[in-house]
Formats: sequence, C-alpha cells, structure tokens
Amino acid sequence: MSTVPVHTLADAEIGSSLWRDAWLRLRRNRLALAGFAVLALFILVAILTPWIAPYDYAQQNLDLGAAPPSADHWLGTDIFGRDLLTQIMYGGRISLAVGFIATAVALIIGVGWGAIAGYAGGRADAVMMRLVDILYALPFMIFIVLLMVVFGRNLLLLFLAIGAVEWLTMARIMRAQVQSLRQQEFVEAAVSLGLSPLVIIWRHVIPNALGPIIVYTTLTIPSVMLLEAFLSFLGLGVQPPETSWGLLISFGAETMEEYPWLLFFPGLVLALTLFALNFLGDGLRDALDVRGAKD
Amino acid sequence: MWRFIGSRLLQAIPVLLVVITVTFFLIRIAPGGPFSSEKAVIPEVKAALEAQYRLDRPLLKQYIAYLGDLVQGDLGPSFKYPGRSVNELIAAGFPVTAELALYALLVALSIGVGAGVVASLRPNTAQDYIPMSAAMVGICIPSLLLGPLLILIFGIYLDWLPVSGWGDMPGDKILPAVTLGAVYAAYIARLSRAGMLEIMTQDYIRTARAKGMPEWRVVVVHGLRGGLTPVVAFLGPAFAGLLSGSFVVETIFQVPGLGRFYVQAAFNRDYTMILGATVFLSCLIVTFNLVSDVLNAWMNPRLRGRLGSST
Repeated sequence: MSTVPVHTLADAEIGSSLWRDAWLRLRRNRLALAGFAVLALFILVAILTPWIAPYDYAQQNLDLGAAPPSADHWLGTDIFGRDLLTQIMYGGRISLAVGFIATAVALIIGVGWGAIAGYAGGRADAVMMRLVDILYALPFMIFIVLLMVVFGRNLLLLFLAIGAVEWLTMARIMRAQVQSLRQQEFVEAAVSLGLSPLVIIWRHVIPNALGPIIVYTTLTIPSVMLLEAFLSFLGLGVQPPETSWGLLISFGAETMEEYPWLLFFPGLVLALTLFALNFLGDGLRDALDVRGAKD
Repeated sequence: MWRFIGSRLLQAIPVLLVVITVTFFLIRIAPGGPFSSEKAVIPEVKAALEAQYRLDRPLLKQYIAYLGDLVQGDLGPSFKYPGRSVNELIAAGFPVTAELALYALLVALSIGVGAGVVASLRPNTAQDYIPMSAAMVGICIPSLLLGPLLILIFGIYLDWLPVSGWGDMPGDKILPAVTLGAVYAAYIARLSRAGMLEIMTQDYIRTARAKGMPEWRVVVVHGLRGGLTPVVAFLGPAFAGLLSGSFVVETIFQVPGLGRFYVQAAFNRDYTMILGATVFLSCLIVTFNLVSDVLNAWMNPRLRGRLGSST
C-alpha cells in the first residue's frame, strides 16, 4: 500500500491526474478524512509508545488497585494498579501490527496468485482458481483455532494464519482485474516488445489494478483485527504478559461490574479503529470509483 | 436444476476430504500426547489405552480406520472424558448451538431486511441515514464487546434480563441471540438496501407501478424477490460466521453449546473432540453453503450457469 506506482515519463500526465482526481474526491468526504486522521494518530501513538507512554508497562501498584480515571491515571488502572492508558497503548501496538502485517501477507499472496492465474489463463488459471474455490469453502475460523492449539499460541503464527485466510478474496479481485487488463492494447504492445510475463505483470498490470487492491486492503485490515481480538478474547491469541485490545476487553469483561472503565476504554479504541478503517475504506472506494470490492 | 445440485455436491466431496485429512494429520503432529497430562501411567494401562484409541498402529492405518468410522458416522471416543464418545458430546452441544444460531439468524434477518428495505425506499433522507448509521455502528462493535456491554446495561444496571445460562430462566436466550445476530443484521441491512435500490429502478417494477399496483405490493411481491438475492447469497457465509461466532457468545453467556465445547476442547487438548467437532462443523458449513447456492439459483435463474465456476 505504501508503494506509489512508478510513473515513467510517458504515462506521467494521465497517471498523476487520475490519482489527483481520486485524492480530490477523497478530500471532500469528511468521514473518510476523519477516519484517516484517527488512524494516523493511533499508528503514530503505537510507534512512539515506548517513548511517550505515561508509565512503565509492567509497573504495578498493588496499594492503588483498580482505580477509576483520575488526573494521574487518565483512563484509570487495572486490578494490579497498572495504568490502563499505558496498557492500551502497548496493546494497540500488537493489535495494529497484527492487522497490518497479516493484511500485508494476504496482499502479497493474493495479488501474486491472482495476477499469475489471470495472466496465465487456460488450464493453470482453472487449477489455481479451483483451489481458491475449495479453500473458500473451508471453515477458516475453526482452522485458526485448530492451528493455535496445534502450534502453541505463537504470535508470528497468528500473523501468518490470519494472513493465509484473507488472501482468497484478494486473489479473486486481482484475477478479475488482470483478465480485463490483458485485453488492453498497452499490454499487447508490451507482449509484442518481447517483455517477460513477470515484467509485464509487475510493471504494467499491477500498477493499473491498484485501485481495487487499495480499497480491499483497507477493508481487510479491520476484519483481520477483529479475528485477532476474537482469538485473544478466547485466550487463544496474544498471551500475557503481552497484551492486545482483544485481551484487554476480555479482562475488562471479567470485572466490568465493579470496574466498568476496564471494559469501556479498550472497547472504545477498538471500535474507533474499526470505524476509522471502514469509513476510510468506503471513502477510498468512492474516490477510486471501485465497484464490488465489498458488499 | 438437478444437474446444478449434483455438480455442487460433487464439488463438496473434495472439500470435506481436504478438511478431514488436514485436521487429522495436524492433530497428530501437535505437541504432547493425549495422556501426557496424567501422572505416570502403568505401562500396561497405557498400552491398553493406546490400543483403545488405535494409537499403537501405524499412522496411515489410523487414518484409514478413522475414515472408515466416519463413513459410518462414528467420530470415536473422547480423549478428555473417557467413556464418552465425541458423538455424545456433539449431540449434547449441537442442539443448543443450532437453536442459538437460528434465533440469531431470525434477529439478523428481521432487523436487517426491515432496516435495509425501509432505508432503500427513500435514499439519502433521514429514513436512509438513520438505519444505515446504525448498521455501521453494528459492524464496528464486535460481539466480544457487544455481549459484555449488553450484560452490563440490561443485565446489571437495568436488571431486566438474566446475564448467563440457556433455558434456565425466562428471557435468558434474548441477549445471546441479539449479541450473535447484531453484526449480521448490520451486513444484511446494507446488502438488502443495495439490492433493493438496484431492483427498484428496473423496468418490470415500473410496469408493475404503471398497472396501478399499490406501492406496498410492488415492493413486497416484485421488489423483494430480486432485491434480496444478495442476502440469500450471504446466508451461507453468514451461517459459517454464526457457528464460529458462537464460540465467543457461548463463552460470554456460559451457554452449554458446541462452540463452548470446542473452545474447551482446544484448551484441554482433547484431540479427538477437536477433530470430530472440526469435521462435524465443516460438513455443516459445506452443506449450508450448498443450500444457500441452490436457493440463490432457484430465486435467480440467471445465476444457474455461472455459479458453478469461480467467477
């Protein structure tokens, strides 16, 4: 997502104006911009957490115990007297990292798979997409639970397992894009110039299919973050002493009767992040004029 | 139509075989044997146990024997609860989960279709914005947050509804069903709004209106059939989602269903239970996807040729 398509001199004029149009449209969508701002803020905080966190992550204060929000502890403290804001900041690092890294895994596999299948066509395409069909029918949530049981609750595995689930739709979208792009004259021109298929896919096909990919990527991140929260809530995801928003919500729910803030604030940041990503995704879809990426 | 159903059935078989095979071998490479948690077992007892669970045979033979049992509908004994079979555990848990999923689906369909159709009748007015904003909220508040919040509000502060259990007290099924169904209500609302918006501009709707048909009949008789196609297509994935969503909801509300059994089996490393439940749930999901596809093809004949392929 962070890569901007490389424009050669020849396509600079058309290319940049298309992207500028999209940017202008996006700028008019206030909800999408608000989502972008919230997201940027959360990411910035997550990156800077080790330097700006108000308290030490593991620092307990058993005398204080669970205290409601106050001037010292803006969001209160948990039952061990640990600062909740600090916990949420560190938890956000993991929740956001899972969201972005797993989506990146899904993006790489899905785009690669879809581009090759769509470009190759014929029998290779049929076999590759039939495999996607079969995988689609599998109950993946159950498989992730299974994987976490079998391989222990390993964070890296969590990233990979979630990424491995989410690439299927990406592959379908990419394949459809490639199939329509293949017919275009500039691709035929590249073929007749004798460029290798990989170069054609990388330089000419993928940059032109970026719109739907960006939109779907933005909409994949929240569903991945939900999966992580879901697993951590069940105790099968992130393990203490590490923490994530899903785990904080799970602990908050256990003591919500006495200490409702322990449920409320982690829940609020998770919901806000999901809102931000969904609004940004919807805004990008309208701005880039992509149809059918979701819904 | 029969050919369509037949070809879909044929596609389901390799899917199930992949599930069974992958699950079976994954479980075998998991660390820790089934009896490693017990204290030192006498060798003879261990041998007897292993013979009972067929662990003394070569892996491939175990696999073939397991497939043979499966064909006869036997999922084998539970590792964790000696003397109880996985079939019994599933038979105890599944009716509860099925009931929960059914209520959640009813909640999702009634609220979702209602809100979506109402919103689609006057697009870009308050009648559209209010239900669609509510749907956005529903999508962004996952069940693991919604459940505790509902318990806090309706169970503890207002004290209207029981906060846990299933069938023990009147009204204790309401909160779990709403928690599980809320997200799907939101998705269904968006799908049915989009579907209705597209259908209501079609020529045949204009014809129906031109005949002087009352507007409610136009919407209900002609609009819904075409407009709800995306919702019917969504039912298969939604059902799979409801089953895995029941893991969280049953844990929150302490509902003794299959989802909670599955999570507990995962914690206890009750491998035969995990294997059996995975196979069982996969069969269910594959079946439901099939039913959803067939329903969809029946409602929308144009799809019949296309659905079999991947595009």
